[in-house]
Amino acid sequence: MNIKTKITPEIVAEHGLSAEEYDIILDRLGREPNINELGIFSVMWSEHCSYKSSRRHLGKFLTKGDRVIQGPGENAGVIDIDDGDAIIFKMESHNHPSFIEPYQGAATGVGGIMRDVFTMGARPIALMNALRFGEPTHWKTKQLVNGVVAGIGGYGNCVGVPTVGGETNFHKGYNGNILVNAMCVGLADADNVFYSAAKGVGNPIFYVGSKTGRDGIHGATMASAEFDDDSEEKRPTVQVGDPFTEKLLIEACLELMATDAIIAIQDMGAAGLTSSSIEMADKGGVGISLNLDKVPQREENMTPYEMMLSESQERMLMVIQPGKEKLAYEIFEKWELDVAKIGKTTDTGRLVLRHNRKKVCDIPIAPLADDAPNLDRPYEIPASLPVIDASDVHETQDYDDALVRIMSSPDIASKRWIWEQYDRHVMADTVDSSQSGGDAAIVRIHGKNKAVAISTDCTPRYVQADPYMGGKQCVAETWRNLTCVGADPIAITDCLNFGNPERPEIMGQFVGAIEGMNEACRAFDYPVVSGNVSLYNETNGVAIPPTPAVGGVGLIPDLDYFTTLTGAKDGDTLVLIGDTQGWLGSSIYLREILRREEGAPPPVDLEAEKRNGDYVRKLIRNKRVNAVHDCSDGGLAVAACEMAFAGNIGLQLSRAIGCPTHAWLFGEDQARYLVAVEENSVNPVISTAKAKGVSAQIVGKVGGDRLMADGAFDVSLAGLREKHERFLPELMS
Amino acid sequence: MKTAVITFPASNCNRDAAVALEKVTGVKPEMVWHRESELPSGIKFVVLPGGFSYGDYLRCGAMASRSPIVKDLVEKANKGLAIAGFCNGFQVLTEAGLLPGALMRNRGLKFVCRPEKLNITNSNSRYTSKYGDVTEVTYPVAHHDGNYYADDDTLNKLEKQGQVIFRYANNPNGSARDIAGICNEAGNVFGMMPHPERAIDPLHGGTDGLGLFKSIIESI
Repeated sequence: MNIKTKITPEIVAEHGLSAEEYDIILDRLGREPNINELGIFSVMWSEHCSYKSSRRHLGKFLTKGDRVIQGPGENAGVIDIDDGDAIIFKMESHNHPSFIEPYQGAATGVGGIMRDVFTMGARPIALMNALRFGEPTHWKTKQLVNGVVAGIGGYGNCVGVPTVGGETNFHKGYNGNILVNAMCVGLADADNVFYSAAKGVGNPIFYVGSKTGRDGIHGATMASAEFDDDSEEKRPTVQVGDPFTEKLLIEACLELMATDAIIAIQDMGAAGLTSSSIEMADKGGVGISLNLDKVPQREENMTPYEMMLSESQERMLMVIQPGKEKLAYEIFEKWELDVAKIGKTTDTGRLVLRHNRKKVCDIPIAPLADDAPNLDRPYEIPASLPVIDASDVHETQDYDDALVRIMSSPDIASKRWIWEQYDRHVMADTVDSSQSGGDAAIVRIHGKNKAVAISTDCTPRYVQADPYMGGKQCVAETWRNLTCVGADPIAITDCLNFGNPERPEIMGQFVGAIEGMNEACRAFDYPVVSGNVSLYNETNGVAIPPTPAVGGVGLIPDLDYFTTLTGAKDGDTLVLIGDTQGWLGSSIYLREILRREEGAPPPVDLEAEKRNGDYVRKLIRNKRVNAVHDCSDGGLAVAACEMAFAGNIGLQLSRAIGCPTHAWLFGEDQARYLVAVEENSVNPVISTAKAKGVSAQIVGKVGGDRLMADGAFDVSLAGLREKHERFLPELMS
Repeated sequence: MKTAVITFPASNCNRDAAVALEKVTGVKPEMVWHRESELPSGIKFVVLPGGFSYGDYLRCGAMASRSPIVKDLVEKANKGLAIAGFCNGFQVLTEAGLLPGALMRNRGLKFVCRPEKLNITNSNSRYTSKYGDVTEVTYPVAHHDGNYYADDDTLNKLEKQGQVIFRYANNPNGSARDIAGICNEAGNVFGMMPHPERAIDPLHGGTDGLGLFKSIIESI
């Protein structure tokens, strides 16, 4: 293909453009596009870049709040955490590439999300990830887990940003499409945040970082279609990461950002040079003219088409203040990075590309963004599955066995095999991480006595059973997890992973989940500040379980007041905050013990969530509790076991609730916290709760080396821990 | 006291090392870029930090060991300057020939990050003298290539001369004879894979690492 290639309907279709979309292009250009121009329109209007199926629904989200400095629309969201500090964060998917090439797919997912954050002037301080794999027995699972974990570690460890937490699920619904969602949190000066809008006319445009190669061409288009049996052939569309260059790029960019040389900056992510240059120009209302001969190239004879669509990693584009070119060159050369002045801003409102002294593209920029398709796809929000009463759920006759099976089941079992491959301590500010098994990671703001708390959550089986309620639950669970460590929840990022939006039932899951999420965001004053959408997670027409992963960030204003789940002490009383009805629909008990995946998920009462959470946070600030853990997957019994593991001390649960035993122990009612309270604080904790309308009950005692529940289980802590730790090492050996 | 931390391209524990040195000496260390040909004057103790210098490409620490600054460090080490390398810094010291042996890929072939118990096997060294009666400390490890190797003659000599300073209680990487940290014959150059600089703070990894920094600083 070259500039003389005749644009046929077949070529248009190969670029994923519909006939209607092509007509718009003809109209806006007033002529036929050449192949370069067609390629540019195709990636900019791909699902991945244009959010054409999702845009109108994303607009419903709460995106503003007192602490929001920048909401969705930039490279990442920015929030104010006082004292002139800002936190910049985002979560992004790298699902399709990770399935095809797990190591590089996951590694470049981590690299890409870090670039989104440091592009805005932040030093990355923490990484998180949310991973979903197929069932453990599926032939591909082991290889995918191996590759993805090694890729995440290989990239993050080398760059020297701690990977502090995350979540990992296994389910047959992901056999054909795994999910790799990576989140990065960075720290910046609130008054030195960088944006992508180009400004001025005649300002130099700099290209910095790795050379451009032929890797990743049409990666964005790949991520906008479903898989079939030939997906392996898409391997060449997966990018290759170089964390060494990324580390140099971070240091060099931050060094240049400390000067006043940068007018605008944008990383080259999906659709590479195309989307970065167009976004900068579009946001700034200017034109851009590039000389492609100046682009540092890794391979010979690259065409304009290849250069514009390459997704080679570790590249940045910036508009530099005239007169500061020398300074920029000096800094990038010090860090041994490729740097080139490849063009300038113009007042034409057009993207003009030259190659070999010929003009190879000349298109208006506004239509690329303004006329991007904004589809109103038909949707049907599925009704919730019917409610299952606990009395209709078979009660196990062997609670010891049930507990062991649940604690060693894929989703609940220890993920030590994974997180021991991640450097969780580099930068020396990790106060708590996956190591404790806690609810949220805690990362100190360097040199200060405050910290951010971070949590990623989603319970796909709830969203599958009831998208609206499941969507609410994802947001509520992050809010609860941040609360568990004593943080004030501030804002979220999300990664909305769904199947093919052209199917009304999938689009219905998407719309339903967003509505539930948004309701929770509004109830908690907990806005969405960044995120991404990953659709077409389907293979041969089978979609993944709907998985709107949420990453929440909160602030611990004073590190003298925080709690984890590790602090339970001998003699402490266990108090359960929140009401228990014994909800077993869509529960872990139902799935792992009875092999049933059905029933309405537990209802989320946002008022109760808020009331109970605010109370728990107050208990932490008043130093009334030694340990806190939320009740989520597997209910009270699993929360209690995890608290016992973390504190390395046994406990006894006493019967205080009137529902059947299996519903008491394994029911997944929401808005609940298990707290360990010293003897002399028990009365005030309970009486103050009552006064505030918060349900609080004594449910047990800490001590000994066994895990016991009245009339149910009695197992040794060491024995259960051994089984809890066994699942992943056995799977991966 | 004036100290320094060397920064190679993709060093990533340079800030951690600087925080530890400032905590113990009360003075911010000099951050020295690898292309400098000479240390600033008056430096008494140098840390080669952890990280992935040159992306661990070729061999861990190999390219960094050819940096201009390392040439100066080798000369000064031979004249008695105290130098410690942690993690990647240890790899650089072995590649530069300042310490014997080599670091190979972990026995389990995977990156391993966890708090690791260490036995102090020589409490009279310049890097451990302040630990007194303490014989066991916990530092985090975080590495992919920490499997210490040397031939039997070298290992015998290291042991005989008291150059083995730390051993792993539960060997995480396959290191020969559980060796976690060693010094040179003169005792001024020291290297270990674990990270004492990440164990200087009760909120982050405990404070077991402080003794190592206090020991070497006081010995100068």
